[in-house]
Amino acid sequence: MKRAAVCAALLLGACRGATYQSVLEPKGPQAAHVHQLWRFALVVAAVVYALTVLALLWAAWRGSRRARDGMPPVEGDRPGMTRAVSLGTGVTVAILLVFLVYDLSVGRTTTGVPIRDPLTIELTGHQWWWEVTYSGPSPRDRFTTANEIHIPVGRPVLFVLNADDVIHSFWVPNLAGKKDLIPGRTTSVWFQADTPGVYRGQCAEFCGYQHAKMALFVVAEPTSQYRQWAEASLAQAAPPSDPAAVRGQQVFMKSSCALCHNIEGTLAGSHAGPDLTHLASRRTLAAGTIRNTRGNLAGWIVDPQRIKPGAHMPPNQLAPDDLEALLTYLQSLR
Amino acid sequence: LLAGCDREERQFRESPPAAQPAGLVRTSTLQPGPYVDSTHLGNVYQENAYAVTEGQRLFGWYNCAGCHANGGGGMGPPLIDEEWIYGSAPEQIYQTIVQGRPNGMPSFGSKIPTPQVWMIVAYVRSLSGLTPAWTRSARQDHMMNTPGSQSLQKPATPKMATSGGAAAEMPTPSPQASKPMAPATTGSAPATASPPGTTKPGGAKP
Repeated sequence: MKRAAVCAALLLGACRGATYQSVLEPKGPQAAHVHQLWRFALVVAAVVYALTVLALLWAAWRGSRRARDGMPPVEGDRPGMTRAVSLGTGVTVAILLVFLVYDLSVGRTTTGVPIRDPLTIELTGHQWWWEVTYSGPSPRDRFTTANEIHIPVGRPVLFVLNADDVIHSFWVPNLAGKKDLIPGRTTSVWFQADTPGVYRGQCAEFCGYQHAKMALFVVAEPTSQYRQWAEASLAQAAPPSDPAAVRGQQVFMKSSCALCHNIEGTLAGSHAGPDLTHLASRRTLAAGTIRNTRGNLAGWIVDPQRIKPGAHMPPNQLAPDDLEALLTYLQSLR
Repeated sequence: LLAGCDREERQFRESPPAAQPAGLVRTSTLQPGPYVDSTHLGNVYQENAYAVTEGQRLFGWYNCAGCHANGGGGMGPPLIDEEWIYGSAPEQIYQTIVQGRPNGMPSFGSKIPTPQVWMIVAYVRSLSGLTPAWTRSARQDHMMNTPGSQSLQKPATPKMATSGGAAAEMPTPSPQASKPMAPATTGSAPATASPPGTTKPGGAKP
């Protein structure tokens, strides 16, 4: 009994532990709707389950008492039983209908596009990372980043979803339900964060080898902070000043990096891989797989297939001082 | 049949890219002294469907299509026909990509990691039916930017086993594809360097 209690406590603790990726901790109106539906279903199902088990126990107890008293078992074909079964079926159908109506109404409220001034973000799924493009009213407000979405608190954010290769699914449990990203078909979803914080999202549709390591982070912050971040992200990468970084930039341009990655303000302009213009400002590397530290970055550049087998980043053999210079340059991309 | 099991084999951590065949590619069969066959580095990707598809993806990523279109040619020569200016053997295509060629083909040597060059080689060869038909993957569809469908239209495996029964079901590599990979015997040495029907005789014309 004691052990069971400890287990239950641990399980509950585990549920409460991951608050940055949990349906049970809604941080926005969308997720709140979903959470309400979830709680309603849980309560109803729990009550039905308890009633069913009680009825079963009562029947068993009554049957055994009749046997003990030497009475014959209850005969099958009685009108009372037919009535009970019909009642049970009717109630079940009614409950399911209530679920259906509630479910559809939640679906309606969560999928409707917000009317007031949403922030529009184009999100493209790639194997296995997220391309995030902020689009503003004018083309010069556009900028691209990857795997980390900053949003202002209290403002609806409209996501325009696309996929580059296979079907992915966008899911930030604290903020909204899932929505698929389908190649060749644009879908959309919106949510709003009411509490500042960092929320983890995850691809929710199996998309290949590294599906599990295809995460993203949503950083909800007060509007002023968001503005600052957006302005910094809109800027081109500053030309390196320190000699090591200058050399690092040369290494970047003459090796295979420049063939896939983009750094605004330099000649590297390919969009096959994540945009690196402000790489050093991001929290993680490789779509939420490892923390963005110098050592991790070095490991990722030299041998990405150990960290994320199957990722499209190839291994790169660089001379030690070239690698050091490259790291210095990449870390200067704030 | 075992080869069929291997066709999707994937190795994510490639052998160190130091294994470059630089200096091993011969553009002439003339040489002083007794004849020694040039070493054909067997391209492990020739018979691997995954690698061919990866090569197709990289063909798009690295903008090969910018000049060669989807194999049909544009500014650059077409890749789906049987004419090869610099040779059709895997090593020759490798060197063409790595070294670049006069009149437009850039040198990708320092840019594309060696394993990826070999994948592109496998894909480029598959365009004209030089790789076994079964390495071409059903993954190639109209959603991709470099459709591999041209190569599928080409009857690349004319020689299926002629007798009926179970043997006919087995995919057989085309003789053209298997020749460059075959271990060279002394008698067939010149044919190994330029397989008939794949390379123009006197292949390295400017």
